[in-house]
Amino acid sequence: MGKTLVEKIWDAHVVKRQEGFPDILYIDTHLIHEVTSPQAFDGLRKRGIPVFRPSQTVATADHNVPTLNQHLPIQEELSRYQVDMLTKNCKEFGVELYGLGHPYQGIVHVIGPELGITQPGKTMVCGDSHTSTHGAFGAIAFGIGTSQVEQVFATQCLLQQKPKTMKIEVNGELAKGVGAKDIVLYIISKTTAAGGTGYFVEFAGSAIRSLSMEGRMTVCNMSIEMGARGGLIAPDQTTFDYVHGREFAPKGEDWDKALSYWQTLYSDEDAPFDVVLEFDAADIQPMITYGTNPGMGIGISDAIPATTDQPESERPSYKKALDYMGFRDNETLLGHPVDYVFIGSCTNSRIEDLRAVASFVQGKKKADHVEVWIVPGSKQVEAQAKEEGIDKIFEEAGFVLREPGCSACLGMNEDKIPAGKYCVSTSNRNFEGRQGPNARTMLASPLTAAATAVSGKIVDIRELI
Amino acid sequence: MKKFEKLTSTVVPLPIENIDTDQIIPARFLKATTREGFGDNLFRDWRYDSDGNPKADFVMNNPTYNGKILVAGKNFGCGSSREHAAWAIQDYGFDVVISSFFADIFKGNALNNGVLPITVPDEFLEKIFDAVFADHHSELTVNLEAQTVIINATGASFEFEINPYKKSCLINGYDDIDYILSHTAEIEEFERIRPFSFYR
Repeated sequence: MGKTLVEKIWDAHVVKRQEGFPDILYIDTHLIHEVTSPQAFDGLRKRGIPVFRPSQTVATADHNVPTLNQHLPIQEELSRYQVDMLTKNCKEFGVELYGLGHPYQGIVHVIGPELGITQPGKTMVCGDSHTSTHGAFGAIAFGIGTSQVEQVFATQCLLQQKPKTMKIEVNGELAKGVGAKDIVLYIISKTTAAGGTGYFVEFAGSAIRSLSMEGRMTVCNMSIEMGARGGLIAPDQTTFDYVHGREFAPKGEDWDKALSYWQTLYSDEDAPFDVVLEFDAADIQPMITYGTNPGMGIGISDAIPATTDQPESERPSYKKALDYMGFRDNETLLGHPVDYVFIGSCTNSRIEDLRAVASFVQGKKKADHVEVWIVPGSKQVEAQAKEEGIDKIFEEAGFVLREPGCSACLGMNEDKIPAGKYCVSTSNRNFEGRQGPNARTMLASPLTAAATAVSGKIVDIRELI
Repeated sequence: MKKFEKLTSTVVPLPIENIDTDQIIPARFLKATTREGFGDNLFRDWRYDSDGNPKADFVMNNPTYNGKILVAGKNFGCGSSREHAAWAIQDYGFDVVISSFFADIFKGNALNNGVLPITVPDEFLEKIFDAVFADHHSELTVNLEAQTVIINATGASFEFEINPYKKSCLINGYDDIDYILSHTAEIEEFERIRPFSFYR
């Protein structure tokens, strides 16, 4: 019996397997940020122990940082304190920090891949649920809580049950204007926000294979939104070409050794998955969400499902979601006015996303009543955008290119959407209040977001390109 | 970690599905660098209006309902990995959360903090809600050793599942770090013999 990709990587990292206990799983790379690490560092102090393998830990500041005037001290006192605490902790425990002002600073799930830290076959964790992003390289990558951050600090290991496996195949050709974000929003709309809970999901099929690394990261990023701990894609030439030559990628002889190992990382033909789902790429429209969890998504020209079509026990929660959003049963969103457009987050803030937006908005102007925030995922993405003149295109369109951070994805820093306002967002969660108290979030792709910014209302990108 | 054995308590019912961690504790309250005090902002935006006044229609502001057990609709704790959600629930005074389905990360975080997440079938969850809405004095008895949750008023009971290792951690107040640290020599040996030096 063959092995799945998840099993191959998992089994290569088991330090100890003992009947009745979870596996002790070795962690190759630990990424940390300012919000979920301070209590873990504190735990080490209380136990009087060091970080076991500081060289396998990398830190950045992203969640709390302002995205304008990063050269100035952070205005908000608690945010500043938390970011300062990260600096102090990293210094004390010998952890490399790409903090504010560093040319590598950025969203933790953007900098890992672009620095070549993210590699096929690794185990990677971070105190952030979107760690699943790194699975795009054929790595086992998942989000953990702060107690587990402390575990990895203390031992470079985690106690983990081997997960169940699910394969999701998407085959066929995507329509023009439909991309990675639409694929994953479509999948979640089919599985629901809980459909992947307990599983690691391997995405496969020709439509997935045809995606760039950036697109694959977008898909894996949102696997947590169907409840899955991780999502991953078998590495191939696209992956190897992306990793090759990056700062922390293996070099010389190490590269050859790594490559020959990475080429063995795929699910065997006869590998058994616990669940297999198949979708046809041709069925996928540009997607948008209408509710308050990422499973509440529809094709852009579809109507919002009726409350009476929901199972009876779920109707109160469903109605609560529509009331929050100010939407009605059977309503179509095309033409619905919006107030804000946010392009950014660990889902869609990479250079390819910015290029897609720029290619659409070049020579166009944003609608007068819409506020548009574009937040690059990292200092490197920002620099690249400037080098390519993308910042000028945005400026002429009336968009603001800000500085890197999580920004309006999570309503934690200064970038919040005001109460009652509608925001088309390229981020990953449309929960109540996610972008600020009573803000109304509609998740969509960068292209749909760009078209919405120009039109001032929800539009079908397929009719504009 | 606090030990958990047995608990009899009234409950706070929250029959809403897909309660995500942004509802449990909104991101703007994650700025503390200690584990304490998050209970004040548990369910902040459901509990208080934008001026900080309690919303009368929210169950936690209704003095009728209180207790150490929170009972919620399915897919509780979905969303972010923030352990602050488990800290907030514990800090507010809940020792047990019952739902018909838990998100993975939340469940792990709760267990790592001595909060017991109990998964029950949809029908049993309905029975709990029915009992509590019929009489808010209704109590549940949770026995971790026996792995049972009993609706005292009706005697209905359910035998829940829990990983045996996690069960012993809760009963004894141990945490994972104590366990892994006892295997440090094996971790070092693993590092020495594994072939993938290019990862470091």
